[in-house]
Amino acid sequence: MRKHHGKTTAAVVMVSALALAGCSGGSNTAGAPGAAACEPSTEPVELTYTAWVPGMDKVVELWNEENPDIQVTVQSGPNGNAGTYRNFFNQLQAGNAPDLGQIEYDALPNFRVQDGLENIAACEGIAEASDQFIDWTWNQVTFGEEDAVYAIPQDSGPMALFYRADLFEQAGIEVPTTWEEYATAAGQIREEGGYIHNFQRADVNWFAGLVWQAGGQWFSNEEDGWSVNLTGEESMQVAEYWQGLLEDDLVSTLPSFSDEWNASISEGDQWTWVSAVWGTRHLQSAAPDSAGKWAVAPMPQWSEDQSAASNWGGSTTAVLKGSDHPYEASQFALWLNTDPEALALANELGGLYPAATSGADLAAFSGKSEFFGGQAVYDVFAEATQNVDPEFTWGPTMTQTYTDVSDGFGQAIAGESTLMEALRRGEQQTIESLKAQSIPVVE
Amino acid sequence: MTTAAAPLTAAEKAHSRGPRQNVMSRAAAMLVMGVFTLYFLTPIWWLLVTSTKTGSEITGSAALWFTPNSISTFFTNLTGLFQYQDGLFVKWLVNSALYAGAGALLGTIIAAMCGYALAKYEFKGREAIFNVVLSGVLVPATALALPLFLIFSEVNLTNTYWAVFLPSLVSPFGVYLARIYAAASVPGELLEAARLDGSGEVRTFFTVSTRLMAPALVTIFLFQFVAIWNNFFLPLIMLRDQALFPVTLGLYAWNSQISQIPELRTYVIIGALVSIVPLIIAFLGLQRFWSSGLGAGSVK
Repeated sequence: MRKHHGKTTAAVVMVSALALAGCSGGSNTAGAPGAAACEPSTEPVELTYTAWVPGMDKVVELWNEENPDIQVTVQSGPNGNAGTYRNFFNQLQAGNAPDLGQIEYDALPNFRVQDGLENIAACEGIAEASDQFIDWTWNQVTFGEEDAVYAIPQDSGPMALFYRADLFEQAGIEVPTTWEEYATAAGQIREEGGYIHNFQRADVNWFAGLVWQAGGQWFSNEEDGWSVNLTGEESMQVAEYWQGLLEDDLVSTLPSFSDEWNASISEGDQWTWVSAVWGTRHLQSAAPDSAGKWAVAPMPQWSEDQSAASNWGGSTTAVLKGSDHPYEASQFALWLNTDPEALALANELGGLYPAATSGADLAAFSGKSEFFGGQAVYDVFAEATQNVDPEFTWGPTMTQTYTDVSDGFGQAIAGESTLMEALRRGEQQTIESLKAQSIPVVE
Repeated sequence: MTTAAAPLTAAEKAHSRGPRQNVMSRAAAMLVMGVFTLYFLTPIWWLLVTSTKTGSEITGSAALWFTPNSISTFFTNLTGLFQYQDGLFVKWLVNSALYAGAGALLGTIIAAMCGYALAKYEFKGREAIFNVVLSGVLVPATALALPLFLIFSEVNLTNTYWAVFLPSLVSPFGVYLARIYAAASVPGELLEAARLDGSGEVRTFFTVSTRLMAPALVTIFLFQFVAIWNNFFLPLIMLRDQALFPVTLGLYAWNSQISQIPELRTYVIIGALVSIVPLIIAFLGLQRFWSSGLGAGSVK
């Protein structure tokens, strides 16, 4: 009798939850697919924008002063994977998502697959803006579709090689320009008592950046579905290379961005770091004592005649599905990521390296950096930007892929498995995860 | 304590060695308690020590001891914390105090009335209602956050003060505790007497019964206060506007931005220290009522 009572209550709750989900789902899919007409509003508009770049509220104040009819409110919270993406999806389902949201490149396909993005290609000036942005970033926001723009690129993270110029000189070791030389240098540095690099189990997107440089592709979005290939030739090449360094104890295995790792940098145990442009800021705060001793060179190459670079990190400004004012939202997003004044302020307060090609001309990137012994480091990154393969594609379930591969990397670091095995298993689990979400997979 | 349950024969046999064993078992108990105290206090000690360090000292000095200029650094950190982003942290503290203080107070009254009614009035379906409420104890609050978000979205209350406040008022465990305590501590004869004297039910509840139930009410209030103060998942899902964040969510948001703004590390640490102070005050302040109430119950 009592048991029965409990069951009915549970059933009622279930039914009402389903009904709720049904309602909100219906209102979401009501919007027309493809690039629908994009008309400006006749009345003053208020927009909401969720981002976690520090100082974004100050940048938006510039816009609000100049555009009294389009007022933007910034809402800030934890960064994407720490909760904001989850919230976007909940809000999309409930139909009360913000008009604009910050979404990183590797999360964008997830939102596209879940139909969370507004196609703003038909909005004034958006499709024409493609040549104002670094090629690869624009490919990320169109997904290679016709008449489609799903977000405006915000910042990017071109990669290069940070190295301790002083230590290399003292030890008489040449700064490596190829990965082969890099491995040789690794052995010499180990004899000096240092490590050439730290292998971070959690930063699978860093590893993906190395695969990207080698010309590999983890995902491709084909006509009949997604193809997943974490175990391609280039991926295996990169995995075997770092597996070798791991097995010979030539790299340290400290948790990424941890206090231990920072301390190790401060103490001069870390001789190089293959990282993105925002690494300049990280090094300055993690190891302020090592000022003047660092330098930046292009990433080591797989063959001598190449000059391939890669990218680690970066975000877009997306107009989320269900926004009442896609026109105004798209105009704001374009201004935010191309206006020189806005870019300069976002760099000063939030450390963004703009995805707009004009960003390289900012005053902040022109001078010589004292921390890097007077080197004009941003020239190296500006050049790296030109050498990023524009065709790299992220998958629609990157959070899961990162977690699974990272688990495998952890086992490889512990000596129980290998990096190659981690990728094999990561690929398998990604395919299963895609199928579980009814996303078509080409095998 | 556990030795009290030892079989009688064993105790008799050990009669001659009694006192010594007593000392031994006492020492063992103290040891166990000491280990646990250390286990619980070390993180707080670390928090206290680390909040007196600058960003580079956190990694560059001994983890569990102070630096020579600890005191001045502590105050620099503290003022930095309160001034960062125009005193946002103060706003978070006020929010937390509002959510937890008002929420716990109202929640306690509701739970007390509900538990009291279930204990003292005979009506049809009483047990059924109690069982449904009790089953609510088993459902973790985190599991309810998403359905709550969808419901609040329907009535446009997400991202408001109410989105966090209203769900905080409900405490199935409080109802349970209030019922058990009311049944044991409020005599039916007393209520009869009050009725004969012409007191209304509501008046009797507030003037007579709540006083008898006071220790339970303090317990419920403390539990609710701590639960709401530490509540994280519900605000994370419900709120977008930083000005509405409670201190837990605010610190979390800062913590997730450390890689971009390294100076936040010191603020997160000292902010965490500051955020537990109100809890300690609440416990110390209410402890008095708590223990005296329990004592009063035992005499009866």
